[in-house]
Amino acid sequence: MPVTFKLYASLMVYLPPEAKRHAVTLEVPEGTAPIQLLERYGVPLADVHLLLVNGVFLPPSQRHRPLEAGDTLAVWPAVAGG
Amino acid sequence: MGWQKKILRVNLTEGTCISEPLDMGWANEYLGQRGLATKYLVEEVDPKVDPLSPENKLIFATGPLTGTPASTGARYSVITKGALTGAIACSNSGGYFGAELKFAGWDMIIFEGCAEKPVYLYINDDQAELLPADDLWGKSVWETDEILHRVHQDPQLRISAIGRAGEKGVLYACIVNDLHRAAGRSGVGAVMGSKNLKAVAVRGTKGVRVADPERFLKVVAEKKQVLAENAVTGQGLPAYGTQVLMNVINELGALPTRNARDVQFEGASRISGEAMHEPRGSEQKPNLVTNQACFGCTIACGRISRIDKGHYTVVNRPEYWGASGGLEYENAWSLGADCGVEDLDALTWANFVCNEQGLDPISFGATLAAAMELYETGVITDEDTGGIALKFGSAEALTSMVQQVANGEGFGRELALGSRRLCEKYGHPELSMTVKGQEFPAYDPRGIQGMGLTYATSNRGACHLRSYTVSSEVLGIPEKTDPLVTDGKPALVKAFQDVTATVDASGLCLFSTFAWSLEDIQPQIDAACEGDWSLDRLLEMGERIWNLERQFNIAAGFTGKDDRLPKRLVSEPVKSGPAKGLVNQLDKMLPEYYQLRGWDEGGVPREETLERLGL
Repeated sequence: MPVTFKLYASLMVYLPPEAKRHAVTLEVPEGTAPIQLLERYGVPLADVHLLLVNGVFLPPSQRHRPLEAGDTLAVWPAVAGG
Repeated sequence: MGWQKKILRVNLTEGTCISEPLDMGWANEYLGQRGLATKYLVEEVDPKVDPLSPENKLIFATGPLTGTPASTGARYSVITKGALTGAIACSNSGGYFGAELKFAGWDMIIFEGCAEKPVYLYINDDQAELLPADDLWGKSVWETDEILHRVHQDPQLRISAIGRAGEKGVLYACIVNDLHRAAGRSGVGAVMGSKNLKAVAVRGTKGVRVADPERFLKVVAEKKQVLAENAVTGQGLPAYGTQVLMNVINELGALPTRNARDVQFEGASRISGEAMHEPRGSEQKPNLVTNQACFGCTIACGRISRIDKGHYTVVNRPEYWGASGGLEYENAWSLGADCGVEDLDALTWANFVCNEQGLDPISFGATLAAAMELYETGVITDEDTGGIALKFGSAEALTSMVQQVANGEGFGRELALGSRRLCEKYGHPELSMTVKGQEFPAYDPRGIQGMGLTYATSNRGACHLRSYTVSSEVLGIPEKTDPLVTDGKPALVKAFQDVTATVDASGLCLFSTFAWSLEDIQPQIDAACEGDWSLDRLLEMGERIWNLERQFNIAAGFTGKDDRLPKRLVSEPVKSGPAKGLVNQLDKMLPEYYQLRGWDEGGVPREETLERLGL
């Protein structure tokens, strides 16, 4: 199934070369969870702070919840602004 | 201590500079800066006064931790009745000016009256005098800074000044110190200009004493370690600055776009903090040159940027080729997403001009966005604009108009009124994205519900820095709440408002609170200042400050009916993203907020509330 995987700020270095800017569209097996994508691309979990699935916050306890076809997973390290 | 216990009263009408003891009774109730200066303003100024009349006063105020070794202790605020809003104005700035004022031996300066001719205030420790500024009038902030350094032959002189915008009465003119740090909002620069006061130049050599030096230095070192070890203040903010929020808020569907018609901007990633790191343009160098810290700050979130020399804004203009203050998130949003412009160099140049001429980029960008909507719907025509097409997405419109506003030319004279007056003038007040006359910043309250209550109840008009619930609703600091619900938001907003008032009063930077709680700040205040500054006392003080500001506004003529959001935010559902279909539910939050505040149904503090707070 297709999912869009986005990494931002200091995590951008973990994107594969085919990524455009922050994002890459991937074909993944059904049942793939956010945590598996992070592990596949070697994103250090200690640096992962903010996860949004289709713009909605995903608590750490739900990172094993499978994604659905067409979902967008966006990930940031600890950031803030104002 | 912490305080210098001395204020400088400058009567511009009479040309006098008089030293007065700081009212320590008030300092014990209001600590410093935002709190203490508001107390002075409330006691000395009729709230119904015309903001631009000589009867209004303008106060530059530091806090007890300003100029101390406490990390982020750089802040000063300018307190007055705001030109843009007619409400209490308190605009906070960093850089080095505030600490220097403290080093010269002053906690605050109170300007009253109006000078007959342009003047500037020169302070060299105890010596303070008003000097002629005829030659400076008409100059930019940057030119003023250069001339005053040359005239006084002192490279360490710190200067706070207005540009042409403040002189010409642009209602959202700001006061800029250290070239690109600003007391930005509510038109404090217009008040300064109305007094014929061009600049304050200060040199101080006295340092700041604290009550318990040994305890203070120990706790300050411990708390600096907390900032260094926190991922946000130790890594995230120095590397990407506030601008890292551009993609976050866009992804979240809360980025007001094209005058808040939309909440997601297709060009967001091209004007983001990440984009500032990317090589681009004819030189293939990044926009970001380095980060920069204010006095005593161990976070260093400031952006120093440069414009590509091949960009149309700077061709044959070498004065803009150097590095200067770059885009913060709010500015990149107002000049960028809100106007639909995705040219990073054009935004950076417009931001440079705002610093150079003393304009608040949030209000300027949001006012231009409203004008663009009026233009696209045919209400404003080419005849009005002198032939400049104010189309959403037009970088040329942005860069033309910022100059016209700063110079008081053409359609810039209309934009200088701010969004509310502009939209009223053209018969469409509903298109003004303002509360109490002030343009709201970069978070759409339909996608972040708490920010709706934040904007509606902010004492200085719509503002994110009075209760930054984004911290909780988006970033999970101190704990995560759901941005799409209203439950619990009244209590959250009140808590943020009160703590923020306390942090501001101390002279520390609000950004320290991404890592520090009030429990981290309290021992620093307690060690620096005489007396017992407990957590409870500080929290109650924050609430006292909030209510004192509210009382000023009520006396100025504001009522609960002014705690409102623009119609669009409460009646036009969001078209995309997680908040699709939602409006802001202010009506659900406001009554509970009033109740928690101890205010009546009309938003007026009850007698028992005032009594409890000693007001």
